[in-house]
Amino acid sequence: MKAADLIRFCFRSLSGYPLRTGLMLLAMAIGVAAVVLLTSLGEGARRYVTQQFSSLGTHLLIVLPGRSETVGGPPPLLGETPRDLTTEDAVALKRSSAVLRVAPIMVGAAPVARGSLSREAVVLGSTFELFPVRNLTMSQGRFLPEGDIGRAEALCVLGNKLKIELFGNEAPLGRFVRIGERRFRVVGVLSKKGQSLGVDISDVAIIPVASASALFNRSSLFRILVQARGRDAIPRAKQAVLDIIKERHEGEDDVTVITQDALLSTFDRIFKALTLAVAGIAAISLAVAGILIMNVMLIAVSQRTAEIGLLKALGATGTQIQRLFVSEAAMLSLVGAAVGLLLAVAGQIALAKLFPEFPIAVPPWAPIAAVAVAIGTGLVFGVLPARRAARLDPVTALSRR
Amino acid sequence: MIRLDGIERIFRVGDEQVYALRKVDLSVRPGEYLSIMGPSGSGKSTMLNILGLLDRPDKGSYRLEDRDTTELSDRQQAQVRRHRIGFIFQFFHLVPRLTAAENVELPLSLAGVDPSERKKRVAVALERLGLTDRAKHRPDQLSGGQRQRVAIARATIMKPALILADEPTGNLDRTSGKDVIDTIEALNAEGMTVVMVTHDPELGRRTRRQVQMSDGRIVADSGVAA
Repeated sequence: MKAADLIRFCFRSLSGYPLRTGLMLLAMAIGVAAVVLLTSLGEGARRYVTQQFSSLGTHLLIVLPGRSETVGGPPPLLGETPRDLTTEDAVALKRSSAVLRVAPIMVGAAPVARGSLSREAVVLGSTFELFPVRNLTMSQGRFLPEGDIGRAEALCVLGNKLKIELFGNEAPLGRFVRIGERRFRVVGVLSKKGQSLGVDISDVAIIPVASASALFNRSSLFRILVQARGRDAIPRAKQAVLDIIKERHEGEDDVTVITQDALLSTFDRIFKALTLAVAGIAAISLAVAGILIMNVMLIAVSQRTAEIGLLKALGATGTQIQRLFVSEAAMLSLVGAAVGLLLAVAGQIALAKLFPEFPIAVPPWAPIAAVAVAIGTGLVFGVLPARRAARLDPVTALSRR
Repeated sequence: MIRLDGIERIFRVGDEQVYALRKVDLSVRPGEYLSIMGPSGSGKSTMLNILGLLDRPDKGSYRLEDRDTTELSDRQQAQVRRHRIGFIFQFFHLVPRLTAAENVELPLSLAGVDPSERKKRVAVALERLGLTDRAKHRPDQLSGGQRQRVAIARATIMKPALILADEPTGNLDRTSGKDVIDTIEALNAEGMTVVMVTHDPELGRRTRRQVQMSDGRIVADSGVAA
């Protein structure tokens, strides 16, 4: 039998039962679409997180007060309050050659007011170095000026959203806002950058760290951002930070240093695993579709016993009949997979429209794997009914009407 | 043409062994026109299936055109069925979703004949049976007689040496039945050997040789065993 005849015969028998064929195609299509869509969601989530971390700045180390690791040893009897991180600690970190920039961050909440307009906002106390460290960009004016870290200058930089809420469309540069009980001159406005690690930086006011210290009446820092001199310098910078802080804190190892790259690769790994897990779950639906194909093919075999008997009487060999039924299953899964891919593409376009900021992306292996699994299950589950068809006894097959 | 020697076929029904055929000997010369008659359960259908290589005997030898068919593999038997034997069934057994022409074409495409060649042969076969204007119709759009003629066209498209007919008129009214018999007799006149199983004594009388079966044995044979 020629291949073209085989395909035509299968096509005719599939189109002869449109409802059954349609349902099987649907099952296959849903399976394939599920695999592709779910993996692309997983991949999108991974990219989203990566993006968020990258927008934080490059070669970043985050120094947090307190230790979060357990090193073992007896638990402290009298409870241990970690020493605070101070601006002096931050300045001291610059001694290391591996460290390029240091930006201390003090965080507090205070009402930011202009005339009668007042808003509760997050106030960040930092230095001019925060600007390059965090990859910030300005939409107007400039960032905090370089200068002595101990000087409490009454200058502030507003986030984009805060500026609009306080000034509307008016020019804010050179004007004054009241933060807490103090007056600050607006020197710049950040450009719209959106979210960064959960903190909405369009809704903050940034002031010199010394001013923040005075405003909140404390000297403890929320954290220190350290930018290493390059990717290779990160481990050295981390060690230097630990050493310097230990030396300054009477030999106590009481800070935690998180490197951004480590964080990034951890999240990367987590999301890759998650994507695979989700793909696996979706693959179950493919297997179900495969079993459905087997089921329906078995029914087809028993419905078409007479036809199979006839084909045998006309001189078809068992192999030929087996090939016919396997081809039918293969065609079903092939077309089903194609429809599934179309569905997945449509779903992605819809998702991209609904959530434009979510970087949805199909990992290249997903559609290939989905289609391969679809055809694989189709063939595997098509073989059993096909063998049953091939083994049918033509005598009993033909004796029935 | 056909030579059966001591053919036995035993079916197992539960613990019991049922003899469908017991020590059957039969010879058919090329070009013979022969009917096998007998009551239900006499083994005539089993006989036809064995003649058509759809069933294998448990004992005995079956030589078709001087070849011992019992030694052929399944694949070789399929080859013989394809090229040397044409089947005509009581229930026509047309593939319902294919048109008349496609049904007739089926043996050719199974044999891997070229499409252009197939079209020609199908057209000729349909023409001969007066079905040209029905070529594009599906079986459910055809009358019983037409369906059986499509089946005959299909059975003869490979120009087989042997036609096996199982109650070919069993499902037809008298006129279309007579049509079908005329067609079969015309094929016989062209030299095809025809073996027909039937209940109908009138039909049996028309054949040149009658074989009477009962209880798995041949009880009467009007022809001379060669």
